[in-house]
Order: sequence, then C-alpha cells, then structure tokens
Amino acid sequence: MELFEVFIRSRNGLHHKHVGSLHAPDLEVALENARDVYTRRSEGISIWVVRSKDILASNPSEQEALFEPARDKIYRHPTFYNLPDDVKNI
Amino acid sequence: MIANQQVFQFVLHLADDSLILGHRLSEWCGHGPTIEQDIALTNLALDLVGQSRLYYQYAAEIEGKGRTEDDLAYLRDVIEFRNHLITELPRGDFAFTVLRQYLWCSFRTEYYQHLLTSSEIKLGELAAKCLKELQYHQRFSITWINRLGLGTKVSHKKMQTALDELWPYTFEFFQPTAAEEKLINASLIPDCRDIRKTWDQSCQSVLREASLVVPQEHWDFQGGKEGMHTEHLGYILAEMQFLQRTYPGLVW
Repeated sequence: MELFEVFIRSRNGLHHKHVGSLHAPDLEVALENARDVYTRRSEGISIWVVRSKDILASNPSEQEALFEPARDKIYRHPTFYNLPDDVKNI
Repeated sequence: MIANQQVFQFVLHLADDSLILGHRLSEWCGHGPTIEQDIALTNLALDLVGQSRLYYQYAAEIEGKGRTEDDLAYLRDVIEFRNHLITELPRGDFAFTVLRQYLWCSFRTEYYQHLLTSSEIKLGELAAKCLKELQYHQRFSITWINRLGLGTKVSHKKMQTALDELWPYTFEFFQPTAAEEKLINASLIPDCRDIRKTWDQSCQSVLREASLVVPQEHWDFQGGKEGMHTEHLGYILAEMQFLQRTYPGLVW
C-alpha cells in the first residue's frame, strides 16, 4: 500500500488545506478513504489526494539559504501604506 | 382499506434490515484489515443503524400503542424480526462483507428509487434520506469488488467463494410476502418482482467486470421477511438485546 497526503476544502472560497495522510492501494481508494477518515464530521466539501512520493519537499538543512535572506527585507511587507478606513479585508 | 398492521410490518422489515446489517458491519469495529477500512466500515454501520432508528420511530408511530423505537429494536424475539436472511449471515471475511454490502445495497437502492413516489409520503421521504447514504455504500463496495476480484489469485478466490455463498440469498429480495402483496395492490409500495431485471443486469455487469461468475445451480433461500430465520439471528439478538433484557428500562 502507498502513502497519500489528503487536502480538504472546508467551504467554497477557501483553499484546500493539508489535513493528514493515509494508506491506500491506489488513488481512487485513497479518495474514498479520505472521505471516510477525514470528512466524517462534515469537515469538507472537496477532497484532493496526492501520492506522498510525488511531493518534493524543501530540505530542513537548507533553511538558512532558502529562508534567511527574506528576513531582513521588511520593505516586502505592505506595512508602509496608510490604508483608508473603508478598505476592509486586506 | 389497508390495515395499519401491514404498513407497520413493512416498515419493521425496512428497519430490521438496516439494524441487523448495521450490527454485522459494526462487528468490524477494531478488527478492520487496515485502520482506513476499519473506519469506513464503521461509518457504514452507523449510517445503517441511524436509518433503522428512523424506521423504528415511524413504525412505533404507526402502531400507536406506546411502544418506542427501543422497544421495537430490543424487545422483540427472533420470530418477530422481518429482515432479509442475507443481512443476518455472520460477517465472514472482508470479501464476504463488501460483496454482501453490494448485493443488498444495490437492491435496496433500486427499491428505494421506486419507493420515492409512494402515496404514503413519509415512506418516500425516508427513502430519499437513506438513498444518499446507500449510494456511497454502493460506490465503496464496488470499488472493493473490483480491487479484490481483479487482485491476486487469493483475493479473487475469496470473492468468488463469497459470491457462491451469498447469491442464493438474493432470491428473497424478489419474493413479496402476502402482506406486501396487499400493499403492492394498493400502490403503496413497489413490486419487488419488477425490480429484478434491472437489478440483475446491473449486478451481473459489476460482477463480470470483476471477473466473478454468478453460480448457475444453487438453492434459493427465503423466509426472513416472515420471521423464519437462520440460526445466526438469535445470537445477534442475544448480544444486542442483553442489556435491555437484563436491566429493563435501563438508559444511558
């Protein structure tokens, strides 16, 4: 059996979110398993399943090279704008 | 004029079918081949037990003698149960379980489709509610029939053995009781004989696709709907009813 990662969208307008993983012999069964294991308390309206081996993950030992450089570039955050009061949801 | 008694018996039959099959499925809880299938089977069990509650509540209402859903589920004996024999057979292996689920569920789904338009509005409403759940049960069981039927030599053999054992019990789906005949004549419920052809065709095609062969020569079993059960039902009731029989009126 293969390992699959499960992503669930809880409602329209939101994006799919990783909720966990499971074992299954193939994609179709993985989808049904995901339905049975992760949506039994009405957690979602859409499911994605992906073979875990198809995910390329960043290497924790490369954290410095990958993520440190962004840390001192505060000008990349939109914190220097004055937002009018009427603008919501930013 | 249709006596309430006949509708009552019919609703009990629907309730008993769901309760007994639900109980059989619940026996997998903690024993599934994998954690995923364990949860899946328990979900199906919960669906069916939930459905049986709706029917028992309705039956109690029709009877109007003050009995509750619990009285009907826990305080009737074997001879008063009206479920199809196929639902009470021991749970067997996983192949047997998914195949039984499919055979019963494909029949029940087809049957409920016809019950939707019953002049007894409540029967249609309950059927509509159950259909949504049963459609998934069907999908789930077909998935596994295919995987196991076309899987390894061993899995195929287990499926075929299960089919040989289960097929003779499907005969009963299409044999109306005398009481059902009256309801059929009054157009309150569908005639199960009319469903046979459609059911047979879709069933044969699902089984064929999984390279399973319907046995040609076999016995035909029936009697469950009239209270004549296999030896297995008594054991289920003994387990299920123990608490209410030993401590009458006990509540959570």
